[in-house]
Amino acid sequence: MEAQTAPKLQNPPKPRNPITELWWFFAISACVKLLLIPAYKSTDFEVHRHWLAITHSLPLSQWYSDETSIWTLDYPPFFAYFERFLSVFANLIDPQIVHLQKGLNYSSNTVLYFQRISVILSDLCLLYGVFRLTRNSDSMKQKMIWVLVIWSPMLVIVDHLHFQYNGFLLGILLISLSCLEEGRDLMGGLIFAVLLCFKHLFAVAAPVYFVYLLRHYCWKGLVRGFWRLSVLGTVVVAVFALAYAPFVYHGQMQQVIHRMFPFGRGLCHAYWAPNFWVFYIILDKVLAFLLGRLGFNIQAPAASFTGGLVGDSSPFAVLPQVTPATTFILVLISLSPCLIKAWRHPRPSLITRWVAYAYTCGFMFGWHVHEKASLHFVIPLAIVAVQSLDNARHYFLISIVSCYSLFPLLYEAQEYPIRVLLLLLHSTLMWLGFSAQFANGIALETANSGKKKDDDFQTKRRSVAAAQKGGFIIGCVHWSYLVGMLLVEIWGQFLHPIIFGEKLPFIPLMLISTYCGIGVIGDKSIYWVRSNGNMVGRIL
Amino acid sequence: MDKTSKKKGNFRKGKDEKLIVESDGWWWLIHRGITASFLSIALFSLLVRAAVSLHPYSGAGNPPKFGDFEAQRHWMEITINLPINQWYRNSTVNDLGYWGLDYPPLTAYQSYVHGLFLRHFSPESVALFASRGHESYLGKLLMRWTVLSSDALVFFPAVLYFVLVYYAGQNPSRRRSDIAWHITIILLNPCLILIDHGHFQYNCISLGLTVGAIASVLSDKDLVACVLYSLALNHKQMSAYFAPAFFSHLLGKCLRRRYPVLEVLKLGLVVLGTFVVVWWPYVHSTEAFFGVLSRLAPFERGIFEDYVANFWCTTSVLVKWKRLFPTQSLKLISLGATVSTFLPSMIQQIWAPSKPGFLYGLLNSAFSFYLFSFQVHEKSILLPLLPASLLAMEEPFLFTWMTLYALFSMFPLLHRDKLVLPYLALSALFILLNHVPNGRRTTRDTSALRSFVITVSVLCSVVLHVVYLSLHPPARYPFLFEALIMLVCFSQFVILTVYTNAKQWMLLKHSNLVDKEKKLL
Repeated sequence: MEAQTAPKLQNPPKPRNPITELWWFFAISACVKLLLIPAYKSTDFEVHRHWLAITHSLPLSQWYSDETSIWTLDYPPFFAYFERFLSVFANLIDPQIVHLQKGLNYSSNTVLYFQRISVILSDLCLLYGVFRLTRNSDSMKQKMIWVLVIWSPMLVIVDHLHFQYNGFLLGILLISLSCLEEGRDLMGGLIFAVLLCFKHLFAVAAPVYFVYLLRHYCWKGLVRGFWRLSVLGTVVVAVFALAYAPFVYHGQMQQVIHRMFPFGRGLCHAYWAPNFWVFYIILDKVLAFLLGRLGFNIQAPAASFTGGLVGDSSPFAVLPQVTPATTFILVLISLSPCLIKAWRHPRPSLITRWVAYAYTCGFMFGWHVHEKASLHFVIPLAIVAVQSLDNARHYFLISIVSCYSLFPLLYEAQEYPIRVLLLLLHSTLMWLGFSAQFANGIALETANSGKKKDDDFQTKRRSVAAAQKGGFIIGCVHWSYLVGMLLVEIWGQFLHPIIFGEKLPFIPLMLISTYCGIGVIGDKSIYWVRSNGNMVGRIL
Repeated sequence: MDKTSKKKGNFRKGKDEKLIVESDGWWWLIHRGITASFLSIALFSLLVRAAVSLHPYSGAGNPPKFGDFEAQRHWMEITINLPINQWYRNSTVNDLGYWGLDYPPLTAYQSYVHGLFLRHFSPESVALFASRGHESYLGKLLMRWTVLSSDALVFFPAVLYFVLVYYAGQNPSRRRSDIAWHITIILLNPCLILIDHGHFQYNCISLGLTVGAIASVLSDKDLVACVLYSLALNHKQMSAYFAPAFFSHLLGKCLRRRYPVLEVLKLGLVVLGTFVVVWWPYVHSTEAFFGVLSRLAPFERGIFEDYVANFWCTTSVLVKWKRLFPTQSLKLISLGATVSTFLPSMIQQIWAPSKPGFLYGLLNSAFSFYLFSFQVHEKSILLPLLPASLLAMEEPFLFTWMTLYALFSMFPLLHRDKLVLPYLALSALFILLNHVPNGRRTTRDTSALRSFVITVSVLCSVVLHVVYLSLHPPARYPFLFEALIMLVCFSQFVILTVYTNAKQWMLLKHSNLVDKEKKLL
């Protein structure tokens, strides 16, 4: 169905060195990220600083039980070890950074520079992942992937402004995927296990990994298959043992799990991620309103959605309450077509797509999903996007929508031009890149049907003309959606404050998440139907 | 479904064809034409500018006089609160001793417009008297946005105009990635970004108007050029650094037309008309007129300030000019030195006006002003740097070299403004953009001696940076490092200007040949 990996090109006219180019891309983004150091940072900055302090000043047995600050450690052990590693350098630079009490809300330049630069450097992991994934692609695809991943505006917003280490974690995911694509299944599985011990939210793709590895790696006859299964199992168990054994030894396991899975937090995050539950909540509100009008006695829900912590009472007035188990089952159901595909034809070239799909499902139906989680599927999707025109079109929309849905993270006025420029730059580069990439195929057609190839400039001109006819064009539905997004933004930024002033401050935010939700769900479902339609039909 | 699969088929066939276009690594960025690539580059440049504007400005948190940021804010405060005839006049409500307005009227009007913008969102930041030394999150933000928007509205379109004109007549097979590189290099000039969006000034407006004027000259719209250049001059009197080049080139052009006197008269009238319009509120009485004029020439500030890498400041290490001569004769001496250094380039342009010659002329006259004129500031290096950046395609090495040393010469100033981080990041960005992999092909053969000289001087400046940042100067010479930086930069600038003057005269030989060929035809 998809274009296969590129046939090996003959020697290009000029010898090019992809590694230098890749470093160049990285260095350019690093310069911009350095410039952004004094920008807004969220409480996650203090969270990570506090983790540096916890891991540095406390013995391992107290890492997950410490309550000095409300920002308790809630990532799996490998991430804690990573923080421990960073804290060594932090201590050398400024001991106050890692001081448990004195460091609280410490905001000198040293801690700012140290933490920001640690994120920039940890992106080297992403760089390596991208390098591994693209080293055999042709030059145009390589460049597009670099532009989409290394210059990703979403990573800049979440990691380098808001403050997190997603680039680093996604780098591990990409390394794992590249191993699978190369057929090194065991290594891929191992690295994925490592990733799970860094951040457990990546576990959404575990079913895909499981099915794929089982079929592609282990399904080789009874004896050999069983042997391979046990090897794989041992490797994974070993990784987990390495991560959790010290905590088991100290009798901390229960505490660790309690911290890592805070199900008390409620279905939606304080700010709604643009996923399925937005519509569920809105439907509930609408129904409650309508039924109330019709004379039914509707109890107003005790808990609110925006409060974050919800507790036991149902936040819904009419519709049934959603439990973590419901979301879990929904995620699994939505994953099933992809799992069946992976079971039937476990092809290495499709694994990236399936994993990205799995993260999309997790984002759509998951429990307490952050809007930041859209990074988990947008970044791997970039690898898929360059493979065909259809994918590119979907990626174009989905990445713009996801990036836009991150806007409320940077709510301060100072970052407003930055976030808008990041999105505009990303869309322009994407548009230029995709239209260049997909113009070529059609250009050839015209060039062949024409009598002769003049020179390459003429061909380029023709290819541009061809692109206007049928290359990378965005359909009118997508266009109107993007225009609508502009209107939403204008409403939220300018008209709403003029008309309502300070009142109803949540409306623009709600509008953004609902609108982005329509985009993500709409696009995904079209895509899902297109790619899975045949198979679902066959199954039924 | 069918349609898409067909497209996919085409895509697969397209693989071989790609070989052709991939010879140019940046084809994907530029295949939609100059304007589309300009758009993406401009967005990136704006992003960089917005990021730089997060950093401190000059005089942040440094009472009682603060710095250029406070000066610009104060002008907004004055212009929106006082009637127009009071702007340049010392009175009880307008203390000229505290950042009095000393730029020409166009700057005052620009301050007025920006002041209105500030007053709309944050009235306390421009309240008369009460706002002195006003520093707030919103105030800083709004001020930064006025610079960002001026840049996007004046400098960027001017650069696009220039690029379209400059490359219009050229051979179409010229690699478009070269053009894209040129746009990038002009828009991402680290010196301009650091001064405007870091230190805080509005050079983008006067330089943008100048670029517009240059582009008009190149497209033979001399009258438009006169208007734009007069506006630039009325925004910042420093734009006069380019006056000899504009004057000589346009005069030279007029002399070659049918009715030279008429042509000159036409241009003169346009310039005069523009000036009258801009100065309209002040031309009704001579007193008001000279009142403004006297504000524009701050001779009382001495022949140089701080440690600027020009002739007077550098030689004052040995010759104490300020003690040897009274200000009056220093004025004359510096005037003489400036005129005698820009005269050769002027003569060349009057004698044989040509478009490349004009660009070199701009560079040479700006350089002679920077090196020899009275009261030069470190920031004035932006003026010679502008024509150098326009010439970057002809003289890539000269431009790179000059930018790096111009940056270096402003290092002490930027260090004082706490802009070391953006300084380093922008220098790195500049060097990276200069070495785009698979981009431009500037494989010039470099001799061993030349590369040795380059390595040594780069090493020198790196060492000086490190020394400046890490060591304390000896107590006897507190400004030892500044003086050293100034010396290094001055030596480089002198070499550069000698080279560009020679280059301009070499053009003459070339143009003579072209003329002869024309006559033969």
